[in-house]
This record gives sequence, structure tokens and C-alpha cells, in this order.
Amino acid sequence: MKISYYPGCTLKTKAANLEMAAVASLAALGVEVEEIDRWNCCGAVFSLTADDLIHQVGPVRNLVRAKEQGAEKLVTLCSMCYNTLARANRIMQTDTVKRDTINRFMDEEIDYLGEVEVVHLLTFLEQEIGWERISEMVKVPLEGLRVSPYYGCTLQRPADVGIEPFGSFQLMTRLLESLGATVMPFAAADKCCGSYQILNGQDGAQSTAATILKSAAETGIEALATSCPLCEFNLGKQQGKLLANGLIDSAVPTYYFTQLLAIALGVAPESCRFDLNNGASVDLLKNKNCLVAA
Amino acid sequence: MTLTITDQAIALKFFEKLKELSGENVKLCMQCATCTGMCPMAAEMDHSPRKIMHLAQFGLVDMLSASNTFWKCASCHACTVKCPRGIDIAKVMEALRQQVLRKSKNYIEPSALPAERIEELPQIALVAGFRKLTS
Amino acid sequence: MCDVEKKAPQKTPRVATGDRAILPEGAKTIPVYIMGKRYEVPETLTIMKAMEFAGFKFLRGAGCRGGICGACPTVYRMAGDYKLHFGLACQTVVEADMYLAQIPFFPANRAEYKIEEIGGAAEAIHALYPELFRCVACNLCTKACPMDVDVLGYISALKQGNIKKAAELSFDCIQCGLCASRCMGEIPQYHIAQLARRVYGRYIQAQAAHLKARVAEIESGKYDAMLQDLSAMSKEELEKCYVEREREPDLASPGTWQPNEKQYL
Repeated sequence: MKISYYPGCTLKTKAANLEMAAVASLAALGVEVEEIDRWNCCGAVFSLTADDLIHQVGPVRNLVRAKEQGAEKLVTLCSMCYNTLARANRIMQTDTVKRDTINRFMDEEIDYLGEVEVVHLLTFLEQEIGWERISEMVKVPLEGLRVSPYYGCTLQRPADVGIEPFGSFQLMTRLLESLGATVMPFAAADKCCGSYQILNGQDGAQSTAATILKSAAETGIEALATSCPLCEFNLGKQQGKLLANGLIDSAVPTYYFTQLLAIALGVAPESCRFDLNNGASVDLLKNKNCLVAA
Repeated sequence: MTLTITDQAIALKFFEKLKELSGENVKLCMQCATCTGMCPMAAEMDHSPRKIMHLAQFGLVDMLSASNTFWKCASCHACTVKCPRGIDIAKVMEALRQQVLRKSKNYIEPSALPAERIEELPQIALVAGFRKLTS
Repeated sequence: MCDVEKKAPQKTPRVATGDRAILPEGAKTIPVYIMGKRYEVPETLTIMKAMEFAGFKFLRGAGCRGGICGACPTVYRMAGDYKLHFGLACQTVVEADMYLAQIPFFPANRAEYKIEEIGGAAEAIHALYPELFRCVACNLCTKACPMDVDVLGYISALKQGNIKKAAELSFDCIQCGLCASRCMGEIPQYHIAQLARRVYGRYIQAQAAHLKARVAEIESGKYDAMLQDLSAMSKEELEKCYVEREREPDLASPGTWQPNEKQYL
């Protein structure tokens, strides 16, 4: 099987661990990943003002690229890219006035009428591979790893593009269970990490991140799994600062769900780029004897 | 006929603009404060999201423009999905931001960010932050 | 940019006056609008020559006149149409009913840096030009480029941390600045691309080993004596040397040819 894939800027640098682990996992599952040509930044956040169309042009241009290259589905990994592309796609599918204006503005491109479906990898895994098949393919079960899905905002909100209903975390739960992990319920699984407010003075984003991490530690959760590089930055890479400032008492390792999938499938740990996670993340997997390529 | 510009006249124009930009009717709000309860950034805000909706209902333009609430909003849509009146409050916040940004006023200055900070931040943080906080 | 020296002539001149273009015998004239004012100019001229023909004098905003220095970016529109077109005034031939304006300079931000200090990571470019992340992918930059550079492509590549791709995509850039003049993100694309090419050349591109070896030889003084000999020669001796010099045949396969005089090798 071959899929068309939109990576997103951060996955090429600071979140290379999200992408590389995904590509290696998909290869292990017999899926070939074809990155679309000439993609540009999706815009990261969806523009919410009714009259603003120029900020929809970026995501739509990527959908044009996918259409040009004959893709019916475009698979994404990053939650923010997924949300922005899917919401722009909704406009092109449902609002003919806006759609025509955007198409007229992009006079150097072919017309786009919402033909491509934007799919998050979690949805793809459920629909095209299936949890049972993944479970059969597991070579290094994540036994004893008490992990919780952390969805953040953009996988579920708003409802018309959410990968599942608000308050439900079934896709990642089923995935992690298939990998042999113990999935813990987590009250803060859909709380915002502070997002781009990290630019706007650190205090706000730090306090939201600290609340989420404390809640995880208090619940006995050993690790969080996410699909968003900004969540991973605010909750994971910033953890050292949170610990140093006394905002949290203990480290909670954070992973991309693709990394956990990869090691369970027996992909070589080097393909998961754990060097881009915080140190505690590697230690935990070593302690659980999960870091062995099968 | 003499047209007198009153607070009420200014407020009416404000309602029109807010509705045009956000597509939302703030007068539907029944002040239940579910939005405030859901908001992860409420502690950083000088007025809670509920209070911003109240100020907007009364067209208190000056108090609204002096508030930091919509600049602290992370567009997480936690308020939106739980509003019992179906108001997309994140869109109201965006409309309030845009009324300032469209006059070429930045809330944060990209060139004033320390180089070390830019180097460590993921690209989506910069793109998202600049979209929401710069004009 | 340019000053009007005198009004456009009523009749096209038959003789050259100063540095003004000479109208070929029997040439047809067409109307163009320069900054909104109508002039009749010969149809075969470039925009730059046509403006000079009309009496404008370029003090700035003209350079090589060969389409490579980037000094004469021009914006034009055809009467009756909304579409803006972009080109170089020294390369684009006038057409009837063109509305013309020159954009010889655009006040785009140019960061200061020391190339030997910033390192080869994309993050250094991000830190110098954070406005890169204000791109909305509207593609107006690419549409404005007179060199057909994929400007959005290299800006996207830089956001993705791919300096090599940005350097290669922007290779044909002549720094005219039309991209920046159209950018709603206020991004100085061409300056960022130049930085990317410099970082690529300094830190990423493979270094030529033979070049390094040759530079070391020069610095060690290997050729000083030869240079002194040449400097001491009279003009006649130098000419004789030049005429009698040995030349590698054009079609010799690489590395096969050797000169008879081997003392300088």
C-alpha cells in the first residue's frame, strides 16, 4: 500500500522523531510513504475570522499539490497541520463562495473543489491496518508501561474535523493497548498545553503545562503519548525548566505515539531519534526493556 | 438632521463589526461561565472569558480594548466545544484580536525575541504565535 | 530614480542627441504610460530605453543593462486589465498601452551577521529572520520574480530547515527585491536566500580539496618568484611571453596534457 503524506515544517527538524518513527513503522506495516512535492507551511493555526481567506491559501495550496499528484487521501502526523489542513478543506468542500474566491486568487494553480480527504495517521491506522493486525505485528510489547494518550486541542476540536468526539480518546488508547502498554485514564488528556502562548511570555504556557504534568504524575501515569510537536515542546522539552522552577516535582517522559509504535514493531531505536526527546524518556524505555530492536 | 455620536452609537457599530468578523452573536450568551471554567489560560487573563462576553454584550469598547484576555487566548477551543449556547467563543476572541492587528499593531515583536529562544522553539510555535499576535 | 529632462518630443527625433536612443528609420511608435503619463515610444525598445527615449535619465535604478544585476525591477499593467506583470526594465520590450513604474529599491530588512560565527544550522537563519514564519504561502513572491525563481519554494524549504534546497532553488536570484515588495508577511525573501546560499557555501557544500591545496601553495610562496619575474619584465618581454605561451588544447581529455615547460608546476 502507498499513501500520500504531508509532513509539516517542524517534522523536518525539531520533531524529526515524530516523522522518522512513523515512516519506519509504516514500512514495517507494509505501507510506503510518499511525501507530496513542493509542499509549504500549513499555517499551523486556522484563521477564525469570517472574512479572512488569505490565511486559507497556504493549507489549500497543499491540498492542490495532493490533488495534482493524484492523491485521494492525504495523511498527516502533526496535530496542528492536521487541524489546519482539515478545516481549510472543510471550507473548500462546503462554502462555494469562499471556495471560488480562493480558486480565483490562486490563478496559477488548478481549481480545487475539496476532492482530497485529510486523514490523521491514527485514523489511517484504524481504518486501513486495524488494531488486531498491529497487535499481531508487535515484536517488543510495551509491557508494564503505564502510558496515557495526550490529545491536546487540535485532534478533537472543533467537532467537524475532530478525529473522534470531544472527550473520547479511543484511537490512541486502542493503538497503545495493541502495543501491549497499560493505558491509564487521564483527566487532562484534552487540556491545552498553552500552545503558541509560549511566545507571549512563558508564564502562561508554563503554568498550563505544569498543571497537566502534575495531574499525570498524581494519576500514576509514567509517560504521555502525543502527536503534536508544540505539545511535546511545552510538556516535554520544557520540563527541565519546569522542574528547575519548582513548578513540577517529577519528570513525566513524553513520546510521540509513532515512537512507541515503532519500538513495539521492533524498529531499530535509532530510527526513533530518542535524542530529540528529553533524557528521562529514553531511561524509562530502557528500564521497561522496550529499547531492543527485534 | 444632526447625528449625535453617543456611546450607544459606537456600541452598535462595534456589534456589527464583531458579528461580521466572528460570525457569532455575543448576545446569545447567558453568562453561565462554562467558558471560564474550561479555559486553560483564565488565570493569566485580567477579565475571564465570561466577563469578556458580558462586556461585548454591552458594547463596552474601551474596557474590551484595554483587556489582555484575547491576547492570552490560546485558541484551544475548549470554550467553544462546551458552550451550551453554541457560541464559538474562540472566534469572538479572534475577532477582538483582529480589530487591533488590522490596524498594523503588533502585540509581540518578532524582532525583539531573543535569538536563543527562536532557535529552540519549534517552527509551529513561531508560525502560530506570529499569526495570532502580529499584524 | 529618474528625472524628466524635458517633455516627450512631439515628433520622433531622427538623430542621436547625447545618450538618447536613436529611432531606427521607419520605426513605428506606440503609446506607453510612464507613472501615469502618456508617451509615444518606438515599439522595438526595452522599457529602460523607452523611458530614456521619453526623456527620463537613470541616476540610480540602472546597472548592467544585461538582465543580471537586478537594479531595474519594473512593474507594469496593460490598459484595461487588472493583472500586474513584473520584469526587468533592461530586458522587457515595451508593448502598446503599458502602464509602467520602476521599483529600483525596496526598504527590505537585511540582518547583520558574521558568516564565520553563525554556524550552519537553519536555526541561525530563523533567529536572524524570524519574520520568515509570517509567510502565508500566498505565492505573490513567486509570481513577481522576473527570474522565475520559486520564491515560495525556497521560503518553504527554509521553514523546513532545508538550507541546501533553499540555496539551490534561489540560485538564479539577482536580488532585485520585487518579491519583498509584494509580501504581506513583510519578509525580505531575497536577503534571506542570499544568507542561505552563503551558509550553504560556507558550512554545507562539499569543499574542493584541490582548491584548498592550491591556496596553501600560493600562501606558502611557491609562486612568488614567478610573479616577481613577470613583474620585472618590460612590456615587450611580457607580450612575447604571452604570444608564445603554451595552451592546453580545447578538446584534450582532463589530466592528459602537460606543458613542455615544467618548472612552474
